[in-house]
Amino acid sequence: MNLFTFRGGVHPPESKELTEEKPIRFMPLPQEVKIYLANHGGAPAKRVVKEGDTVKTGQKIGEQAGMISANVHASLTGTVVGVEKVFHPVLQKPSEVVVIRRETEKDEWEYINPHGDFNRFKAPEIVDIIKEAGIVGLGGAMFPTHVKLTPPEGKKIDLLIVNGAECEPYLTIDHRLMLERTEDIVKGIRILMYVLDVEKAYVGIENNKLDAYEAMMRATAGEPIKVKLLRTKYPQGAEKQLIYALTKRVVPSGGLPLHVGVVVQNVGTVLAVYEAVEKGKPLVERGLTVTGEAVSNPSNLVVRVGTMVSEVLEFVGGLKGKVDRVILGGPMMGIAIPDLNIPVMKGTSGIVALPPERKGKVETKPCIRCSRCVMACPMNLQPYLLEQLARARRYDEAVEEGLMDCIECGSCSYICPSKIDHVKSIKLAKKVYRALRGGARK
Amino acid sequence: MKLSVTAAPHIRDGDNVRSIMFDVLIALSPAVIAATYFFGWRALILSIVSIFIAEGIELFIMKVLRKQKDFKPDFSASVTGLLLALNVNVGLPIWVLVVGLIAALTLGKHVYGGIGKNPFNPALVGRVFLLISFPSLMTTWWAPRYWNLDTLTTATPLAVVKEQGFGALNVGYLDLFLGNIGGCMGEVSALALLIGFAYLVMRRRIKLLIPISYIGTVLLISSIFWMIDVERYGTPLFHILAGGLMLGALFMATDMVTSPITPKGQMIFGVGCGVITMMIRYFGGYPEGVSFSILIMNSVVPLIDMYTKPRIFGKHVVGKG
Repeated sequence: MNLFTFRGGVHPPESKELTEEKPIRFMPLPQEVKIYLANHGGAPAKRVVKEGDTVKTGQKIGEQAGMISANVHASLTGTVVGVEKVFHPVLQKPSEVVVIRRETEKDEWEYINPHGDFNRFKAPEIVDIIKEAGIVGLGGAMFPTHVKLTPPEGKKIDLLIVNGAECEPYLTIDHRLMLERTEDIVKGIRILMYVLDVEKAYVGIENNKLDAYEAMMRATAGEPIKVKLLRTKYPQGAEKQLIYALTKRVVPSGGLPLHVGVVVQNVGTVLAVYEAVEKGKPLVERGLTVTGEAVSNPSNLVVRVGTMVSEVLEFVGGLKGKVDRVILGGPMMGIAIPDLNIPVMKGTSGIVALPPERKGKVETKPCIRCSRCVMACPMNLQPYLLEQLARARRYDEAVEEGLMDCIECGSCSYICPSKIDHVKSIKLAKKVYRALRGGARK
Repeated sequence: MKLSVTAAPHIRDGDNVRSIMFDVLIALSPAVIAATYFFGWRALILSIVSIFIAEGIELFIMKVLRKQKDFKPDFSASVTGLLLALNVNVGLPIWVLVVGLIAALTLGKHVYGGIGKNPFNPALVGRVFLLISFPSLMTTWWAPRYWNLDTLTTATPLAVVKEQGFGALNVGYLDLFLGNIGGCMGEVSALALLIGFAYLVMRRRIKLLIPISYIGTVLLISSIFWMIDVERYGTPLFHILAGGLMLGALFMATDMVTSPITPKGQMIFGVGCGVITMMIRYFGGYPEGVSFSILIMNSVVPLIDMYTKPRIFGKHVVGKG
């Protein structure tokens, strides 16, 4: 069979067997949730509740503030017991959370109105529902979805790509969603195609999820939705690589998918769109994979946004053996958290607990110019060189060599025999460069 | 609970510098076995002693001179040690070899800052240092299986052809292929080197384009000159099997530290090595030019890297904004 792919990349052990055959379970409601008002990047939502307010599930507690921002909703029915600051793993600093405590067993919902059969609405009305529901990219980036669905004047979108690659090792939630919520995801695709006014959509799935591929094939038979099989290779699900693999379109340097007429949405996001538009449900819960060799009973779960990582781990039987690191997201791009008292965010696609044997941190040796990083880089960069320039603070030269084109996928650091932290240096250099340039884009 | 907070990616490939170097040692072991077969136990002893002395020198440099108390050997000095031993004739006194090792690890490696920083292949720096310092010792060749012979030494096939013409060559292609010829102890057996090389290829531990373009260039040039005058220039197969080409192309030019990063650069590097090798063999003062050609090409690696940068994905398309 013809497999779609890109140049470069790496093949880390998949480690998906821990959870890929486990059906998604609903985690019982926690007693308390802590909900961040800030997503990654963009402006934090403006809080619209105060201590002592009673809230229903789905009631808005944070109002979108600015263009790149998203509404935030209560994920429990209960009382706002406080507003505090909790370490935000993406922003890497304390950030405001709304603490909601549940007093009864009730889970009363406040739905978005109007909602229902999408054919009843015009495209902008659906975008409004999505905006109202506070939907952001659930693959991890947490970029507000309604912004992606409103291309600037004059930009014509002709293709929707649904990202079912799930190339991160360990994670299986997208896989399970495609198997268990097939119909609803397809409905979500139809809604997005309608909104974007596109004739066709592609669904990209890696060939380590053949059952999901077949399920999606069956569910989309006879429709202009083409399900395409991708080669299992990391980072197959990175936006630019996915677009290239499926269409051979090259997103220009510094550009966005919309510059080549494409909008990419993760399968989880597509499902959230369906739930918002047809069921009126704001984004207050999400699917995630709780896994890793240090988790007693690795599982695929649906949990309420704001549930503590510690409680999620407890629900799956806790940790076992020695634990070295707990990662939010996948092990390639996820973030290691300093402790377990951190709530699940909208973008938390997984909680991965790794034992010390799965060594991440190892002694760094000098570069031996083996060229593996260059061969692995999906953006055709020279990571070894960028790392050296970044460390020498030669930022302008690093930018010349494509510093800002790095997608931070971590393939270089993964494959490096000298265990050099290219991505860490590159991320830092990007930040410094942006600061030095006053945020102006090159 | 104490959790470590490390930067992504949180999982790493199992390979490390030490495992790569160890694989190179394994890949060189058939050459050591062949050397022992043709040149006796002395070959084996020289190889092993050279490895240990090289590691000793590296340890001294790192711990005493560079004051890195927690330094642990990464086997890169072992590779240098073994390669240098394989690049001398079996009759070389051990003390001379030690001088070569010191030159290799100081002038060839640590003056530049140690592993990864050296522009030249350290073993070749050591070899050329010895060639200049001890010219007669370095160009006296004990004959294969000398214990069965009346005379201890012999001439290398390349020297025979250079001085007396192709017709004077007294060894066949099979001898050249198996290693039944005079020469450096590790270079004689093309077969043994190819076996080791196959192992490295299997383990994906090698910049494959370098030996392909290097040997391919030698093949091309020697074919042209073969048609011009076979008596004077020899045959293509002869040039591929004789001298240090196999050892150089498969194990020295492919040294990761001192060769280009990109595939295109590696091709240019290999072609350059091939051209210079053949020019020295045909027109130079020495019968063999592998060492010099690799060192010369080593010196232009930064230049090659600069001109063969990969094309950044998305950099050359228009349509943004």
